[in-house]
Amino acid sequence: MKSRDLKKDNNMETGTWKVKTGLAQMLKGGVIMDVVTPEHAKIAQEAGACAVMALERVPADIRAAGGVARMADPTVIEAIMKTVSIPVMAKCRIGHFVEAQALEALGVDYIDESEVLTPADEAHHVWKHDFKVPFVCGCRDLGEALRRIGEGAAMIRTKGEAGTGNIVEAVRHMRAVIGGIRRLVDTPQDELMAVAKEMGAPFELVAEVHKIGKLPVVNFAAGGVATPADAALMMQLGADGVFVGSGIFKASNPEVRGKAIVEATTHYQDPKIIAEVSKNLGEAMPGLDIKQIPDEELLASRGW
Amino acid sequence: MRIGVLASQGAFAEHIAILRQLEVEALPVRLARELAGLDGLIIPGGESTSIGRLMLTYQLTAEVKKLARGGLPILGTCAGMVLLASRISDLDVEPLGVMDITISRNAFGRQRESFETELSIPVLGEKPFPGVFIRAPIIKEANGRAEILARLADGSGVAARQDKLLAAAFHPELTSDLRFHQYFLDIAAGRK
Repeated sequence: MKSRDLKKDNNMETGTWKVKTGLAQMLKGGVIMDVVTPEHAKIAQEAGACAVMALERVPADIRAAGGVARMADPTVIEAIMKTVSIPVMAKCRIGHFVEAQALEALGVDYIDESEVLTPADEAHHVWKHDFKVPFVCGCRDLGEALRRIGEGAAMIRTKGEAGTGNIVEAVRHMRAVIGGIRRLVDTPQDELMAVAKEMGAPFELVAEVHKIGKLPVVNFAAGGVATPADAALMMQLGADGVFVGSGIFKASNPEVRGKAIVEATTHYQDPKIIAEVSKNLGEAMPGLDIKQIPDEELLASRGW
Repeated sequence: MRIGVLASQGAFAEHIAILRQLEVEALPVRLARELAGLDGLIIPGGESTSIGRLMLTYQLTAEVKKLARGGLPILGTCAGMVLLASRISDLDVEPLGVMDITISRNAFGRQRESFETELSIPVLGEKPFPGVFIRAPIIKEANGRAEILARLADGSGVAARQDKLLAAAFHPELTSDLRFHQYFLDIAAGRK
């Protein structure tokens, strides 16, 4: 193969931590959109998405359908990969390392080990260091973020509560992560081990966050973003970028709303632009009150 | 010296951090009016489709073209290099067309083909430069006054200069080696 010879000649090292975390750095300030067809993917790319998440169903439909949600049919993922030139992500079930192997074989650019699908393992997440393709994982607080990074996640996102169009859980999780970082920075060195024990997080990562004052990987918001203002809210709270799941293609005018959310994410500190792009977007996706959802149907509590 | 870093989307914070290490004033640029009074501009890595559309919507495209033709020093890395080009392998991105280079996007394939390698860049001296290539483009052709500064072993061009315009297929902003940014500042200051 030509590519193999090229790699040998140039001493090219693939799958390194730097290229895994580096792709997430390139996605910063951008919007990653859930898509279920090549046509959606094209619309997302035209709207300015920095990547797409290839799915069979958006979270709102997964929630409505119930039952067991699994990795998407590779046919759907491949069709989307062929259609757009931006990175394509896909989801595997928590702990389902064989779905992850299949996604890597397909050549997806990022794997989301996602609570939106039904977990395959309630005790263990995928050991992500074994893969050349990078992973993004959800979290509700700093301890959970650091456990996933310890397993090899090269990018973190809040879990939020997917498929609800309700930003409240994403806000809760982002504040928990950012607040956790702030407290860790102020924690004296000799108390870090006790904090690591309490958080259930690897000591080395706790010590690193204490030292650098941020997560060692990129941190996006996800789970409930439905409007440009939602996206800018998450950015102002400290997100590096935004995932929008059902929020775009469950709305009445995905082209216009997608573009508006992209612009609000870039100009998140500019209220005039946010007001301007929020005009005439049509109907947002129908929202759900988290308190009306039975505990066993909450997605964020999947995984640990 | 005041260097603007285009902050529409992508790894602009990393470039700003490096410029501050080099003790240069670094300013994020999201709107056309923020281009005024700059001594140089960096277009960072990110998604060229996304950056290109945001530049167009917020009237940055025409203004950056005009400034580039007027001699404003510009560094483009990865997506930034794609945007500086005149010709691109696909139709998803409309480039600014200010550098006389032809680019092939995602030239190595998808993310699993992203790689690190040591690069020989003669203008930076003998010590190899850490090349971080992420879904990287390559320079297929450089014409006119554009000159290739670095190649991979197979001959693919990965850095180029045309007067005060500088482009890299890799990401110096993801390394701790400051030489590539220093080289750009030297160009901007008229020292190189």
